Amino acid sequence: MTLLLAIVIGVLFTVGLYMMMRRSLTKVLIGLMLLGQAINLLIFTTGRLQRAKPPLIPLGAEQISQSADPLPQALILTAIVISFGVTAFALVLARQTYTVLGTNDMNELRDTDIIPKYHPESVPEEEEGL
Amino acid sequence: MQTVLLPLLIPLVFIVLTLFAWNAPRLQRMLSLFGSSALLLAALSLLAQVQTGEIAVTQIGNWPAPYGITLVADLFSAIMLTITGVVAVLVAIYSLEGIDENRVAHGFYPLFFALLMGVCGAFLTGDIFNLYVWFEVMLMASFVLMALGGERAQLEGAIKYVILNLTSSALFLSATGILYSVAGTLNMADLSIRLPEVNSPGLVTTIAMLYLVAFGIKAAIFPLFFWLPASYHTPPVAVTALFSGLLTKVGVYSLVRVFTLLFLTDVAFTHTVLLVLGGFTMVVGVLGAAAQYDMRRLLSFHIVSQIGYLLMGLGLYSRAGLASTIFFMAHVIAAKAALFLVAGIIRRVSGSFDLRRVGGLYRDQPWLAILFLIPALSLAGLPPLSGFFGKLALVRAGLAQGQYAIVAVSLAVSLLTLFSMTKIWMEAFWKPIPEKAPSQNREAGYKFSLVFPALAMGLISVVLGVLAQPVYGLADQAAGVLMQPALYAAAVLGGLR
Repeated sequence: MTLLLAIVIGVLFTVGLYMMMRRSLTKVLIGLMLLGQAINLLIFTTGRLQRAKPPLIPLGAEQISQSADPLPQALILTAIVISFGVTAFALVLARQTYTVLGTNDMNELRDTDIIPKYHPESVPEEEEGL
Repeated sequence: MQTVLLPLLIPLVFIVLTLFAWNAPRLQRMLSLFGSSALLLAALSLLAQVQTGEIAVTQIGNWPAPYGITLVADLFSAIMLTITGVVAVLVAIYSLEGIDENRVAHGFYPLFFALLMGVCGAFLTGDIFNLYVWFEVMLMASFVLMALGGERAQLEGAIKYVILNLTSSALFLSATGILYSVAGTLNMADLSIRLPEVNSPGLVTTIAMLYLVAFGIKAAIFPLFFWLPASYHTPPVAVTALFSGLLTKVGVYSLVRVFTLLFLTDVAFTHTVLLVLGGFTMVVGVLGAAAQYDMRRLLSFHIVSQIGYLLMGLGLYSRAGLASTIFFMAHVIAAKAALFLVAGIIRRVSGSFDLRRVGGLYRDQPWLAILFLIPALSLAGLPPLSGFFGKLALVRAGLAQGQYAIVAVSLAVSLLTLFSMTKIWMEAFWKPIPEKAPSQNREAGYKFSLVFPALAMGLISVVLGVLAQPVYGLADQAAGVLMQPALYAAAVLGGLR
């Protein structure tokens, strides 16, 4: 089971990273989502897999032995909630960018970085914003 | 009442209050002044409490230490919180005029407090997963602040900022997952005891490197800094000053925390990597700045360059090195924020951020020139300003360790920083007004709320220089606590061990 999950995690990481290398903004976001899932599974697996052993103290006993570790699941739950919020924001941002800039191609999002606006030779006529 | 909780509760209360005042922008602006002042007072009282050498600890929900979430304030945390409070107050004053009605109407102030809460949480938490959560709080607020306003450049900058920071968070989270599987705990005090006992030191070093990359992206160190100069110049100056003062420094704080408390199994390797990266960060940042003509972009590259100095002190890993990092942190936050705020005033007075389109300001506005010159010379490291003493302390710490290469690099970079500051001086203040210059507008720049924060930040830089001895003493004391992880562990775990 651990081996199977390890392979799944590896595949998810690979696919996620591959998608993040793409030029399309939407694909980059899909890549980030896949990466998030891969990490959730990673945390789940590193908490050591147990089957049908709930972390409850049996009646009459003082402590639990050989139970599943509940903490990784709590971590994953937190991570899922956070990544839900962040992904929602990133999608809205991507849509807004597409509406305003008219492109979805990461290669064209270079106005803030390079030429012509920031080239020493070209003096811009006017600026926008503050 | 636990003073450790106050720096978290105050921003939270003011998020709620400013949300209630959604339709009353003037009330929100007043609330922001009260809220940030209250935060500063809370931070100062915490500083007074832990200055005696005590480590203030609160167990949330009274769960005993390694099981629940712990909030810890040692002297280093308290100093960082105090700096946060100062930056918050001054940026709140600056934003009275510097943030337009439209942005306030779309929730600037609730986000401002959310950012502060995230930053304070990151400084206070004693649990590494909780640190991740505070990072996300801080990032979410910063994402929206970065994009708020929706101008073309802002959206572009925000996209890069968001994607790179999400990647960093992903690495942080996976490193935390692996760390938990290795050590079986997430409480930093507990980790500091258990990690040396783990019998696969190679794995611990691997985790350390994952954390280095994750925090390195946030702190904008070489070679992970490219998002910073691509995005920091796009939002309004008040936001940029806030980001440059707090966000990258949270990254550096986290690096200092994990590399003085957790990952000490292979200091010879990990801290040498930090030292080398610090050197490259300094050089690449300052060289990047040399080619820039937009003041905000130029200053953004200098943020990167100064991060290198902070890493240098950590990489030296001695009491003197850490003390100079802490001193330098206070210096660079003040000097950097002052420079950004002055750049904002120059933009208002002269109509442009572009150095090729402004000029002649010294003749027309000598006071503005002085306002710029103080933090600029401080950043370059001229006595008697704070930058000189920060660099002196770093150089001495470096020489004491025999790390001559990094000392030479740091001194050369100082010179280049001076060159870069002179460039702004020559272009904006000294050269005649260019033909294509936009029309000047004197009144727009000289509002009390704009000039006062810039002046105050500059004066802080002077005061840090004049009072270098007591401030460095405080930093040295904080470094002393950092160098003894056992103290931290004992304070958090109490009687448990």
